Amino acid sequence: MDSLFIMLLFVLILAIFLGFELINKVPSTLHTPLMSGANAISGITIVGAILSSGSDSVLLTTILGTGAVFFATINVVGGYLVTNRMLGMFKKK
Amino acid sequence: MNMFFQSELFVNLSYILASIFFIFGLKMLSSPETAQRGNLISALGMLLAIIVTLMGNNIISYQWLAIALIAGAIVGASAASFVKMTTMPELVALFNGFGGIASLLVGSAEFLNITSALNAIALTAVFLTVLIGGVTFTGSLLAFGKLSEIINGKPFLYFGQRAVLIIFIVLSFILGIEIIVDSGSLGISRFYLLVSLTITALILGVLLTAPIGGADMPVIIALLNSYSGLAAAAAGFVINNNVLIVAGSLVGASGLILTNIMCKAMNRSLMNVLFGGFGAVSSSDGNKSGEIQGEVKPINTSDAYLILEAANSVLFVPGYGMAVSQAQHSVRELGELLEENGCEVNYGIHPVAGRMPGHMNVLLAEANVSYDLLVEPDDVNPIMDTVDVCVVIGANDVVNPDARENEGSPIYGMPVIEVDRAKTVFVLKRSMASGFAGIDNPLFLKENSRMLFGDAKESISTLVSEFKS
Repeated sequence: MDSLFIMLLFVLILAIFLGFELINKVPSTLHTPLMSGANAISGITIVGAILSSGSDSVLLTTILGTGAVFFATINVVGGYLVTNRMLGMFKKK
Repeated sequence: MNMFFQSELFVNLSYILASIFFIFGLKMLSSPETAQRGNLISALGMLLAIIVTLMGNNIISYQWLAIALIAGAIVGASAASFVKMTTMPELVALFNGFGGIASLLVGSAEFLNITSALNAIALTAVFLTVLIGGVTFTGSLLAFGKLSEIINGKPFLYFGQRAVLIIFIVLSFILGIEIIVDSGSLGISRFYLLVSLTITALILGVLLTAPIGGADMPVIIALLNSYSGLAAAAAGFVINNNVLIVAGSLVGASGLILTNIMCKAMNRSLMNVLFGGFGAVSSSDGNKSGEIQGEVKPINTSDAYLILEAANSVLFVPGYGMAVSQAQHSVRELGELLEENGCEVNYGIHPVAGRMPGHMNVLLAEANVSYDLLVEPDDVNPIMDTVDVCVVIGANDVVNPDARENEGSPIYGMPVIEVDRAKTVFVLKRSMASGFAGIDNPLFLKENSRMLFGDAKESISTLVSEFKS
């Protein structure tokens, strides 16, 4: 169990460094779409939500999981669509 | 074959692929040319992760899942399609909050699921997920309320503010430790322990956001953005899932970088933004180095037209006022007319102009302004002496010369767009009221400043028609 934790922690640390490297290269003109796009990515919690909602174990878990699926879906669908809409407007003449 | 697609191996390989898609998506955001495709790739990664999870053999019942997925998709899609670009900060704040509550619910569901045996590490992750998720949720709702002016946008300060905050932080940690060690010393059951922690986290979100005023909103939105990612990463530790950790930390890092950029652009520390209650406390000591001298010199649109018509170089400096009066389309029209007239036109955009990072850029992009004309203070300040006319549209604090000249000013040291160094400055303003930060602006009284009073959109439109006639 501890080795699994260490592995997850390793992934966390590397991902944070990768995140800093990637985001530092985003120009300031795209900061709003970056935020809404990042927001959509944080909807990844939907994976955990689906597992809780569909596992059919305890009623309370199903209810909380279903609520989580609802909110995370808003985040994912809304986030990607609005980012797409915004980025479509950035044009160079 | 069916067995393979439901196997742990296939699911995890797909999660790795999804993570790669997220990383590529963010990488392609480094240029406006590739950004839209990057967003699509990121969305494909998300779709892959969702489908693989749905197909997994842990999923037994689909009915509630389907309802929640469809309902969420409808709400999300309508919000994304109907939101106006001026109200984008409100939408992003709201979405941040939804991400936070979703992670909170995932953590709670796992904690209350008696079939999942959680070790101390997973329990710590539950605590962090609920705490960060709860703070993100109410913090974002309050930010949404302030941005949409449902709630008064002024910083809410009270005596003993920090003490109250510390009490709730300590309380949340006591509850958290009890959740982790489960000693039973507090005499409350698991369920009520979780409920108490959730309530504490929700209150903390309000306490942290309430003292933050309108002008500091870009910072708090970026910070909440970061929190929503961290909550997802913490949830990843609860269910031992790599893709949650990778995606969550990418978002966490992104929000932190933006928070840092915003703080630097205001020359303030994060602590000062979070606890300072800027504007509410500092407006009295603004005039330390003597009264501001000079007089306000108004100008009408016909005279402004004559000056613009003769100009070789014009810099527009937009602020939140441009968003309020929806003037971006008229501004673009005026910009094009000036270019046809042989004038060089640029748009100087301060990082904290507007209510969220990049707010002005999106508005001008919406109005069809070419993105290579949008320049940052560092690019435009060195050549300011060559600019004939600066047109300040609803910006105030980000062009305040006190940031360079008046050591007593609360914004002294903040990097600003030095419009007062241009040959002429037009300031479009409704009245002489001070900006969101409540600080006097000596720019209005400078020798080369001309005030064009009235609604920004109307003033610009009048100038446009002068050009056309």
